[in-house]
Amino acid sequence: MLIADDLQKTYRSGGRPLAALQNVSFQIEPGETVAIVGPSGSGKTTLLGLLAGLDRPTGGRVLLDGTDMGALSEDDRARLRREKIGFVFQSFQLIPTLTARENVAVPLDLAGSGGGAARADELLERVGLGGRGHHFPAQLSGGEQQRVALARAFIHRPSILFADEPTGNLDAATGARIIELMMELNRELGTTLVLVTHDLDLAGRARRVIRLADGAVVSDQRGGAS
Amino acid sequence: MSLRPLLALSWRESRFARRRLLLFLSSITLGVAALVATQSFAANLAAGVRDQARELMGADVTLSSNRAFGPRTERVLDSLRRARVPVARVTSFASMALAERTGGARLAQVRAAEPGYPYYGEIVTAPAGQWARLQGGRNALVDPALLLALDARVGDVIRLGESGFTIIGTLEKVPGAVAIGSLFAPRVYIPARYVAETQLIRPGSRAEYEAFARMPAAAAERLLADRREALRGERVRMETAREQQADLDRALRRLGSFLALVGTFALLLGGIGVASAMGAYIAQKRDTVATLRCLGATAPQVIFIYLLQAGVMGLIGAALGTAIGLAVQWVLPRLLADLLPVQVDTSLSLPAVLTGVGVGVWIAVAFALLPLIATRRISPLQAIRRRVEEDEVRRRDPWVMGGWALLAASIVGLVFLQAGEMGTGIGFTAGIAATLFALWLAAWLVTKAARRAPLGALGYPTRQGIANLHRPGNQTRVVVLSLGFGVFLLAVVYLMQSNLLRPLRVDAKSQGNLLLFDVQQEQEAGVSAILAGGGTRILQRAPIIPMRIHSINGVLASTLAPGRGGEEEDGPPSEDEAEEREKGEEGRGAPGDGDAPEGWAVRREYRSTYRDTLVDSEKLLRGRMWRPGAGTAVRNGPAEVSMDVAVAGDLKVDVGDLITWDVQGVRIPTKVTSIREVDWQRLEPNFFALFPTEVLRGAPQTWVMLARAPDAPARATAQRDVVRRYSNVAVLDLTAIQAALDDVLGRVAAVIRFLAAFSVATGFIVLLGAVLAGRLQRIRESVLLRTLGATRRQIARVLLAEYLALGLLASLAGILLAVVAGWALAKWLFEVKYAVPVLPLLWLALGVTALSAAVGLLASREVFRHTPLEALREE
Repeated sequence: MLIADDLQKTYRSGGRPLAALQNVSFQIEPGETVAIVGPSGSGKTTLLGLLAGLDRPTGGRVLLDGTDMGALSEDDRARLRREKIGFVFQSFQLIPTLTARENVAVPLDLAGSGGGAARADELLERVGLGGRGHHFPAQLSGGEQQRVALARAFIHRPSILFADEPTGNLDAATGARIIELMMELNRELGTTLVLVTHDLDLAGRARRVIRLADGAVVSDQRGGAS
Repeated sequence: MSLRPLLALSWRESRFARRRLLLFLSSITLGVAALVATQSFAANLAAGVRDQARELMGADVTLSSNRAFGPRTERVLDSLRRARVPVARVTSFASMALAERTGGARLAQVRAAEPGYPYYGEIVTAPAGQWARLQGGRNALVDPALLLALDARVGDVIRLGESGFTIIGTLEKVPGAVAIGSLFAPRVYIPARYVAETQLIRPGSRAEYEAFARMPAAAAERLLADRREALRGERVRMETAREQQADLDRALRRLGSFLALVGTFALLLGGIGVASAMGAYIAQKRDTVATLRCLGATAPQVIFIYLLQAGVMGLIGAALGTAIGLAVQWVLPRLLADLLPVQVDTSLSLPAVLTGVGVGVWIAVAFALLPLIATRRISPLQAIRRRVEEDEVRRRDPWVMGGWALLAASIVGLVFLQAGEMGTGIGFTAGIAATLFALWLAAWLVTKAARRAPLGALGYPTRQGIANLHRPGNQTRVVVLSLGFGVFLLAVVYLMQSNLLRPLRVDAKSQGNLLLFDVQQEQEAGVSAILAGGGTRILQRAPIIPMRIHSINGVLASTLAPGRGGEEEDGPPSEDEAEEREKGEEGRGAPGDGDAPEGWAVRREYRSTYRDTLVDSEKLLRGRMWRPGAGTAVRNGPAEVSMDVAVAGDLKVDVGDLITWDVQGVRIPTKVTSIREVDWQRLEPNFFALFPTEVLRGAPQTWVMLARAPDAPARATAQRDVVRRYSNVAVLDLTAIQAALDDVLGRVAAVIRFLAAFSVATGFIVLLGAVLAGRLQRIRESVLLRTLGATRRQIARVLLAEYLALGLLASLAGILLAVVAGWALAKWLFEVKYAVPVLPLLWLALGVTALSAAVGLLASREVFRHTPLEALREE
């Protein structure tokens, strides 16, 4: 369960405070698929950063399975991320010096667990890239890179997956395939999915849509597509 | 948790950066090479001293004195002979050697040896085996340099004093002798039984008397323990081979430490390159680091991944450097061969290898750590957001402070390791720190000045190039530090060499080029006539009267400084004496009396003179000179005496103090009426004590003369004619001495410059690294400028302006610091007058600037290859 409790985030811009998020509160149940939508500058990415433990709120709390993430040190949050959180980024964020297989295995390597290569091969097969494990990101298309990123996001069986504009850098057809794959994997592994997007069609695929504007929640609706 | 996945991740993550990291490791390579070369050389030198200890001395025990052995010493030698201990004597003295066939004459060091000497080691001659023939008649073995100087050959006869000797061969190798010594006074070995015939040993002549004995080491130590104190009373010094080895070890270890320290500079410079390269490397890895943090990497894991890369690169660089150093160690013995008393065999020194590799890796890691610690401030947010303000740097970040502390400790540790002595270590560390700080300050001032400089009148490319000195991400600090440090080292070495040699230059017009001494009183007129006849002008003549101090302010010399005996009488104390003095064993007046005079200064023999005026090499500091012709006769009260400031300090006397002199049995009381500063660097007759003419005119005396011959043939003729007529007179060709000094100092400077070159080369590698680090930024700017309409030529001029400015400012900063450091060294360490040779330093600055511009432009040529579209795509 992920709880956002009266979240606030203020930045300093040009020496003046800028409120990026104000009084954001909601609760996400295990297994839910949630889309966070809003126009550019609405605070979606800021909210994602706080929910994923990438940043600390200026006010309020984020609780993941009962743990107050703001109270943890940076390194403790990192450990939490490697155990429980998966990421899919808009710009794929593959490490250019690692092969596809090695990129997928990174979360397990960081945890010091063995067997990463075998599991990585399984997931690459699952996302349709069996036999491409030895290729570097520069040798893969955008869609292929995002599939590798998907495999990486799921390798450690996270309890929650955050996807930040996962189709933002892809053409429509490729993006659609990626979304299908992501939803399938999500269903198979029972992961909670939090999707940040400005694409309303994509948001419609989620069961619940939280709409942001000017750093605040303006609507929180359940009952989208499964 | 297993570390293996992290190790594998670290290795894989370095994949495409290994070529760039090559530059990183080459920063370390040259420094390690210099370190290994000097350490291996020092180790081989120490091994040479250890293995050749007995050969160096030629015996197990030596007795030596600068006066003929007294009865106690003779009894000791007799007892050794009765115990069937082989003993051989050698008497050494200076004499003119005159070649009868050619007429050539040269001052030589004569060593008259008894049969049996040396008991260890072999004197190698050409033709071979001639040492065994030496005692067979009036034979002589000479240094090859003497044959050259006399234009003589094997088989010729040379005259030494009143005797002639046939040259039967040349000396190729004499154990324990420094080959370059033959440049100053070439050696001649003759049988000892013919010394009296030469008539060269007279009252007042300087000679050294040695006796060499062969006995088991234990017996030698016993003899030392039993007889050393007794022989001191006769001013005889006793030394075993072990003691000599220890002395030599100490001296050569200092040489090794000094060379190692010069090499250390290159390593520290390389560390700066490592820090710069790592900083640039991490800057390009920001996205990867952010992604890893998102995926769950902790800060220590990120630092470990990249520190491991730094360690591996450091290991490769250190290994390469060690290999180069082992090759270079062949060079050092050849450069220094003529300056060393032992043969140095080059061999692999495992400790040097291990030290080189270990230190290289450590320095790479220590300097890489600070830029890596900065990765803690890379937020994982950067993975999802392009621009993220980094966490404000806490003023007292314990990690950063820890990094700095480790770095400082590493530098201090490295310098101490090389210096081997606390004082030297502290001095060098302070010097390095001060230099680096000064260069950092210079870089800071440059950026400030560049920002404020009124550049409006200059063209756009120049303005932009100079603006690059202060804009964010500039290379000013790294380049000024690295290049400036290398230039500083080179300039300091050059300044020291120039200032040490300058006073010794024979001035074309005014200074003498011939020094004649041991001219007896009755010979003075004859010698003057011979010189005048050959067109040689006498510039100075001075009488020399040997004397000793009887008392100072009523306190006897024997009370102020109880005797020790031996060669220390005529000069400053040896190291042993200095140590003993510190322990309070050496006579310094009352124990704990800080104003007591130095023992050696009280006991030494003084060769004084008389005149009523000062000469060019003297300057009156305190008191007043006596009126000419107004010297007070002894019976009317103390005579006046003028003392050199340095020896007055050692004797703890000043104007008004009373010194009573013993002039060959006659007591002369004097009062110090003036203190002079003497320029001892000039090759002219200079004196510690100066008396009025009337006081010493009648004393037994010899004469020294300074003369100027118009050319080389006149010099040779003067030497030949004087020596033929007066065989006891020694004639020193000062131009030959100067050439020999030039040679010695030149070789020493060559070695130091050779090692300093490692620093300069490392400086250029660091410059290259800094240039490549800024490559991406250059490409972006070039793209922007070309999109806005700049031509390639204009962009090239921007880069040229920047690198010319960087090179010029770095070299000027380095040279300015070198001028200051040179002044400090000249004033306090070498105690010589200081002058700055402007033109050579200017050439150095121009050369480095030009090279800097060339390196910068060459490394930046990729900037011109990128089209705007390609670069935008890469973005």
